[in-house]
Amino acid sequence: MPQTDAEKKRKFRSAKRMREIMTEYYIEAKTADQTGKKVAWITSGGPVEPLIAMDVIPVYPENYGAMIGASHMGGDLCAKAEALGYSTDLCSYARADIACALEDGGPIGGLPKPDMLVCCNNICGTVMKWYEIQARLFDVPLFIFDTPFCHVDFAEEARRYVRTQIDEYIGFLEGVCKKKFDFDRSMEVGRLSLKGQRLWQDVLDAAAHRPSPMTAFDAFFFLALIVTLRGTDKVVDFYTELLEEMKERVNQGISAVENERYRLLWDNLPVWYRLKWLSDTFAAHEACLVADTYTTAWCGSMKYIDENNFIDSMAEAYTRIYLNIGVDEMAKTIFAMIDKYEVDGLVMHSNRSCKPYSFGQYDIMRMVQEKKGIPCMMLESHMVDERSFSESQAATRIDAFMEVIRQRGPRAGTAL
Amino acid sequence: MKTAGIDIGSITAKAAILEDGVILGTRIGFTGYNAGLAGRKIFEDLTGELGMEASSLDRIVSTGYGRKSVEFAHKSMTEIICHGAGAHFLDPKVRTVVDVGGQDSKALILDASGKVTDFVMNDKCAAGTGRFLEVMARALEVNLDEFGEISLQSENPAKISSICTVFAESEVISLISRGEQRDNIIAGIHDSVASRVYAMAQRLAVNAPIMMTGGVARNIGVVRALEKRFGSPVEVNEYAQANGAIGAAVLACSLP
Repeated sequence: MPQTDAEKKRKFRSAKRMREIMTEYYIEAKTADQTGKKVAWITSGGPVEPLIAMDVIPVYPENYGAMIGASHMGGDLCAKAEALGYSTDLCSYARADIACALEDGGPIGGLPKPDMLVCCNNICGTVMKWYEIQARLFDVPLFIFDTPFCHVDFAEEARRYVRTQIDEYIGFLEGVCKKKFDFDRSMEVGRLSLKGQRLWQDVLDAAAHRPSPMTAFDAFFFLALIVTLRGTDKVVDFYTELLEEMKERVNQGISAVENERYRLLWDNLPVWYRLKWLSDTFAAHEACLVADTYTTAWCGSMKYIDENNFIDSMAEAYTRIYLNIGVDEMAKTIFAMIDKYEVDGLVMHSNRSCKPYSFGQYDIMRMVQEKKGIPCMMLESHMVDERSFSESQAATRIDAFMEVIRQRGPRAGTAL
Repeated sequence: MKTAGIDIGSITAKAAILEDGVILGTRIGFTGYNAGLAGRKIFEDLTGELGMEASSLDRIVSTGYGRKSVEFAHKSMTEIICHGAGAHFLDPKVRTVVDVGGQDSKALILDASGKVTDFVMNDKCAAGTGRFLEVMARALEVNLDEFGEISLQSENPAKISSICTVFAESEVISLISRGEQRDNIIAGIHDSVASRVYAMAQRLAVNAPIMMTGGVARNIGVVRALEKRFGSPVEVNEYAQANGAIGAAVLACSLP
C-alpha cells in the first residue's frame, strides 16, 4: 500500500537498527554451541546482570513468546500444549514455549538449547513450574531466585533472604561456567544496566509531550532491548539514539497518531497478535495510547539501585518490581502515570494468561475512577493465544469507551 | 425533524422512527444471516407501515452488532450509548440501565443529562444472555414467551450452579430426569441469569431508578429475579426491546 508523506514521517528510523541488533543477538545465541559460549534461559524479570558479567548469553522465552504471538503462531502452539495435557487456563507464553521446545517449531526455528535456567518468581508463580519442566526436558541445572511478595515495604528479613540468594546465584554460575565471578566486571555491567534503564525511562517520558511522538505500541516494540540486553553498552547506545529521535520528533511536531485528541494509558501485557488492529482502532478515534504500565516495569524499580553497589542493591530492585507489589502500590503507580502523561482514560487488558497482572484490576479501576475521575475500560484476552480474542466484542467496547470519552471532551490543555 | 434508528442485534433487528421528540413507530424482526439486508428490510417495513417515504428521514443512525453493515445510515454508534440515550428519552429519571440482549448483556450508568458515565459488558460467554434462555427453553420444550409467567408459579426455584450455557443445559436435563417441576427449573434459570447480570453490574456504582432494556426485559421472571438481587424495583418500558433503536433515533437528532 502506498504511504503518504505524513505516514513516512511517522515511521521510526531507529526501528531498522533495532531489528538489526535483535537479529545479531539471536544469531549469536543460536550459534553459541560453535563459539563456545553458554546460553541461559531466564525469566523476563530475572537478574540478568550476573549472566552478562559471566559472558553467558541470556535468552528469554517470554520475549520469544511475544514473537510467537506477533507471528500468529500462538493458537496452534497452545493447542499442541493442551494436547500434551496442559490446561487452557495456563499462561499462553508457558504453553507456547513448552510446545515449541518439544518440536523445534515456532519463529526463528526455535530457541537455542539452554546450558542452564534462571527463574525469578518476581513476575509470577507459573514460571517455577514452567522452568522445572524445561529443566527436566533439557536436563540442565536450574537456579530459582525467590523474591518474597512486597505488599507495601521491603522488610529487613526479606532483604537478607534475597541478598543471600545473590551469593548462591553467583556460586551457581561459577559452577556451571567453571570460572570465577569477576566482581569488577559486574560493577561495570551494573552501571550500564542502570544507565540503560534511565535512558529507557527518558524515551518513555517523551510521550508526556503533546502530541505524543510515540505510542505504547512503539514502546512494546522498542522494549525488547532493555529486556534482553540490559547491562550491555549496545542498549545504552541504542536508547541514546532513540532518545535523540524522540527529541527530533518533538521539535518537529511529529505526532505518533494523526490529530491526537485523546490520550490513553494501557495496563497489562500487549495483545501481541492484535497490535496493528488495536493501534488502528484507537487511532481512528484520534486516540493515542501514550503510556503503559508494562514497558515502564523495566525501569520502575531503578530508584532502589545503588550505582556503586549494584550487587547488594539489586536484591531490593528485583524484589520490588511492579508485579511483586500490593494492589494499592500498583494503583499509586497508575495514578502517577495518569498525571504525568495527562491521560483521558485507562484501557485495561484483563489478560487470562497473566494472573498477577490481571488480579486486582477491577479494584484498581474503581480507585482510578474515584481518585482521578477518568473513564476506564476492560478488554479480555490471552496475550499470545489468539483463539481467545473476540474482535466484534472488542470493537464494540472500544467504540463505546471512546464515545464516553468524546462526550466528556478532552482534558484541559489539549490543542484543538 | 424526522430521524430513524436501526439496531441490528445478534437475534433481532429493530427500527424506530421519531419526529420532534415523539415516537412515530417501532418494529422488530429477525436478523437472520445477512445483517445489511435485515437493516434495509426492517427500515422499509417500518416506513411502509407508517406510510412514509424513506427519503423523508433527515438522519439515520445504526447501532448493534451489525451497525457497520447498515449502509444507508448516516452514522453508526455503539449500543452502549444508544441504550443510554433511549432509556433517558423514555424516562429521564433513570440512572442505571441493564440491557440483556441475544448475545450480550451490559450495564450502564447515566448522569442527569443522559450521558453514559460508565459501563460494563459481559465477557465472551453466552451465560446471562437471551441465547442462554433460548437454549433452555428448547431443552424444556416451552415457548420462550411463556417462560416468565411459568416461573412466577414456582415456590421452590431449583439451583443452577453452572455459569456455562452448555453445562447449565446438562444440569437442566438432569433436573428434568430427576422429575423436578418445570416451573422450579425455569425459576432457577432466571435466578442464574439474574445473578450473572447482577454480579457484572456490581462493578459499577449502581443508582436507582434502574431500567431494564433488551429482548430479555420481556421476561417477567428475569425482571423479578433482578429486582430481588438489586433490592430495588426494575422499570420495564413497553419499548424495552426497541430501546436501542429509539436511542439511535434520539442521537440522530443531534447529528450535524
